[in-house]
Amino acid sequence: MIGILKYVALDILKNKIIIAYTVLLSLFSWSIFSLEDNAAKGVLSLLNIILLLVPLVSILFSTIYIYNSNEFIELLVSHPVKRSSIWKALFTGLSLSLILAFVLGAGIPILIFADISTALIMTLSGILLSVIFAAIAFLCCIIARDKAKGIGISILIWIYLALLFDGLVLFLFFQLSDYPIEKIAVLLSAFSPIDLSRILILLRLDVSAMMGYTGAVFQNYFGTSYGLLLSFFLLTLWSIIPFYISLRRFNRKDL
Amino acid sequence: MIQITDLSKRFGKLNVLDHINLHLKQGECISLIGPNGCGKTTLIKSILGMVLPDKGTIIFNGKDIRNDNLYRKEIGYMPQIGRYPDNMNIGQVIQLIKGIHKNETVLDLELAHQFNIESMADKKMRTLSGGTTQKVSAVLAFLFGPRVLILDEPTAGLDPIAAEILKEKIIAAKNRGCLILITSHILSELEDVVSQIIFMQDGKLIFHKGVDELKAMTKQTTIAKSIIQYMKQ
Repeated sequence: MIGILKYVALDILKNKIIIAYTVLLSLFSWSIFSLEDNAAKGVLSLLNIILLLVPLVSILFSTIYIYNSNEFIELLVSHPVKRSSIWKALFTGLSLSLILAFVLGAGIPILIFADISTALIMTLSGILLSVIFAAIAFLCCIIARDKAKGIGISILIWIYLALLFDGLVLFLFFQLSDYPIEKIAVLLSAFSPIDLSRILILLRLDVSAMMGYTGAVFQNYFGTSYGLLLSFFLLTLWSIIPFYISLRRFNRKDL
Repeated sequence: MIQITDLSKRFGKLNVLDHINLHLKQGECISLIGPNGCGKTTLIKSILGMVLPDKGTIIFNGKDIRNDNLYRKEIGYMPQIGRYPDNMNIGQVIQLIKGIHKNETVLDLELAHQFNIESMADKKMRTLSGGTTQKVSAVLAFLFGPRVLILDEPTAGLDPIAAEILKEKIIAAKNRGCLILITSHILSELEDVVSQIIFMQDGKLIFHKGVDELKAMTKQTTIAKSIIQYMKQ
């Protein structure tokens, strides 16, 4: 697996889209931090960009890369190597490259400008988001055989998780505000990794006003430190489960 | 060497392989023939473990290939269309495959010499023409001196000189006792290489015969003519 991983990662790191993504992230982060006097405000502005951009690039790039590697995966399968090793090598290679791009582009300026614990949590959630959306991409690719359909599904998932989800939850709350549904809110927020990351960072920054509905309930319910732990735990689950399902299906897939 | 028993595979409603029984022996060079969509590629992919059959077994060297991957050490496979990661260069692709076959120490680089692949080792896969990509696939298929060769349209896209080199290599492999399985649409190309013919249609095995037997039966002189004759009967 390590052998395949090495060459896959080298291949991805030379990819123009990954290089452009790194440059774009570093342009955003450096310009935001040099424009804002207050680093905490800078973190907030950057947060919103990261929560949109990182999932989008991670899921789209991974989906396209896997579809383009179809013939190569077939060739690898014809050699004496376990199917699961090939799939894991691809996933690790993609995740590591996306993580490296994120850390170089956004992680370094965040670590320089923001206070250390905020910076660490923010970098961590960026890393988790990269891995999670790569994992979801693997699931999309295994569900749809057709490339256009697979890319379509991954874009829809991004729109749903990045744009629609918080709005839907909020809508639900206004509709059902007469009932005690805080518990459900907490449960619901576990279904969106982007919401969870926002909660993770905003709990740390303690700016409830920006937290969105689910975040506010989260803090109310768990307090800061439990909330941090729980959202971190849920994010980890998000990065493991979609990939695990795709791995099981890949082992039985007809190539 | 390869024993296929009652192999069946459905894709949705389509019966791609319909109770196929075959016994492929070492030292034979077998041509897999049939109209488009007759199940040739699916049969090859089943042997390689890429397609998992619904029913039936494939025994390779006395071992069932289900849930096994080590048997593929013995197989050199050349796909119909090779596509490799864009930013890998030729050298890296070869290194990667070598890395999978860690224990193989003797490498067959004859084709790489003849195709002049080594001088192009740092060219990126994205920049290669279709023919050059096919050459890389061919080099990989022969690299570890396999005992079974599975070649899917091997000469498609190759220039005449390269096709001739590859044909010589296939004959040499046959002479050292390899089992060779070739699919090709151009029958005349295989005339002097092939010793057996497998003909498939709609997922069914129509016949599996020696070339001489087939020619004698249909009273024709070439493979192409005898198959046409057979179809008419």
